[in-house]
Amino acid sequence: MRRSRVPIVVTVLVLAFLYLPIVILVVNSFNPARYSGRWEGFSLTWYARLLESPEIWQAVKNTLVIAVSVTAVSVVLGTIAAYALHRWGASRLQRVHYTLIYQPLVVPEILMGISLLMAFVAAGVPLGLFTVFLAHVTFCVSYVAMTVLGRLQDFDFSVIEAARDLGAGPWQSARKVLVPLLRPGIVAGALLAFTLSVDDFVITFFVAGPGSTTLPLRIYSMIKHGAPPMINALSTLLLAVTLTAVLLSRRLTTRRADPPIR
Amino acid sequence: MTTPSVVKKLKRYRFDPEWLASLPTLAWLGLFVVVPTVLVFVIAFRPSNPYGGIGAGWTLDTVRALAMPSYLAIAWRTLWMSLLTTAICLLLALPAGYTIARAPERWRNRLLLLVIIPFWTSFLVRVFAWRSLLHPEGPLKKALDALGLVGPDATLLYNPAAVVLVMVYTFLPFTILPIYAAAEKFDFRLVEAARDLGARPFQSFRQVFLPGIRRGLVTAVLVVFIPALGSYIIPDLVGGPSGEMLGNKIAQRVFSDRDLPHASALSAVLVLAVLAPLVAVLVLQRKGKRSDIVMGEAP
Repeated sequence: MRRSRVPIVVTVLVLAFLYLPIVILVVNSFNPARYSGRWEGFSLTWYARLLESPEIWQAVKNTLVIAVSVTAVSVVLGTIAAYALHRWGASRLQRVHYTLIYQPLVVPEILMGISLLMAFVAAGVPLGLFTVFLAHVTFCVSYVAMTVLGRLQDFDFSVIEAARDLGAGPWQSARKVLVPLLRPGIVAGALLAFTLSVDDFVITFFVAGPGSTTLPLRIYSMIKHGAPPMINALSTLLLAVTLTAVLLSRRLTTRRADPPIR
Repeated sequence: MTTPSVVKKLKRYRFDPEWLASLPTLAWLGLFVVVPTVLVFVIAFRPSNPYGGIGAGWTLDTVRALAMPSYLAIAWRTLWMSLLTTAICLLLALPAGYTIARAPERWRNRLLLLVIIPFWTSFLVRVFAWRSLLHPEGPLKKALDALGLVGPDATLLYNPAAVVLVMVYTFLPFTILPIYAAAEKFDFRLVEAARDLGARPFQSFRQVFLPGIRRGLVTAVLVVFIPALGSYIIPDLVGGPSGEMLGNKIAQRVFSDRDLPHASALSAVLVLAVLAPLVAVLVLQRKGKRSDIVMGEAP
């Protein structure tokens, strides 16, 4: 039977549309021209300029400090939450729990940013790295919980029962059986939390204070104040980092065999 | 209830592992999601103070100010731009999701990865890429000019069309994924049966395939429409004054006017606007007595 060619043509065009701006951006990061309309040969000028900027390094430092601490806290909270959701999924409490965890995934970022700002102002918490940390954990927990929950979905709880039958305590069986089996899901969740924290702009913009400028905030002010195409170079570096994290996380989640239990 | 039974109940809760495991996230999200959302509605009724904070007492002035014609115009623009974005995304995502679902196994994962990668790259960077692409000195403008499609003075940036274009770009992967997921479970023999019975390709697509993936369609609409309503960066960077949306107004009240109650009142409107489609879907779902929707479903 003859199938219509329209869907395939549209799919190819959609993929071209998705990659066009990214490709042009990467190409232009090696273009010494001030405006991207003209190609003036391959150069690393913008990368060199980027590395000389002290503000960028300060922003990178802030971003990493926040991302690492956010990842640590949200992985612990998210994994425990996923366990509860999976173990007692049918109970009324878990239905409330699930709805609550789902919120940050549905609510537009600007609403989360503004409501957190209101809460911090109302409570008199000074805006800074700490408020950015609190805000990031709030949305990262949900993503970690969902990722680990996906992994738990095909988890066989009889191995826990077997460990308990063989004399392991609840803590021991969690640490020696549950966590190792869930490790790929937990690592994927951690990478996701890290990437999301590094990348977040809208929420950070609302709850950041003096001295807590992160990389996206820096990029935004560079875009707004018409900074030179240094942003192209910075964006390309950022693309490389996020792509590595994503591909790594995919490898971990789609791996066929489970790692051996120690 | 007698005292011993209360103690018994408390004891049961304290050592209940379910509560113990749920409490950390319940407390965190309660404190940083539920309380702040309630605060947004409360602060909308408080006056502002000259230092950019929240004043004492209560007032209805801010809420009344929402009826200003300029706000109504912004609200209307936000609505139609979000609807248009949703429609274009669906139009592009349907053939794409269909093609990926029908592709041979080996190709399916590669195509999916290709769709997912841009959605993982920095959002700000992607909007910036479009900004330089549409820039008067940028490559797209030059190409269109050379082809004689636009005049030398045409501006591609800073208008509602640019905002819709970049919103479609940003949300398209979100639309393709649920449609693909539904199409992948769809039994394509039904389409073949329709074709055998004399249906034309488009007819079988519309009357057999679309109803078959209804669940994915609903999710696809929600994952575009809701974030589109709350867009802020896209209109801010490519929209200009004629492309402003509700999100821009909220940010202006916070950052330019330092008027938090006003920002709260506008945010409260946005919360209600976001809730409306969700509630509509839930009501329709209950009416149809079918679980056609993925969102908010217990695992």
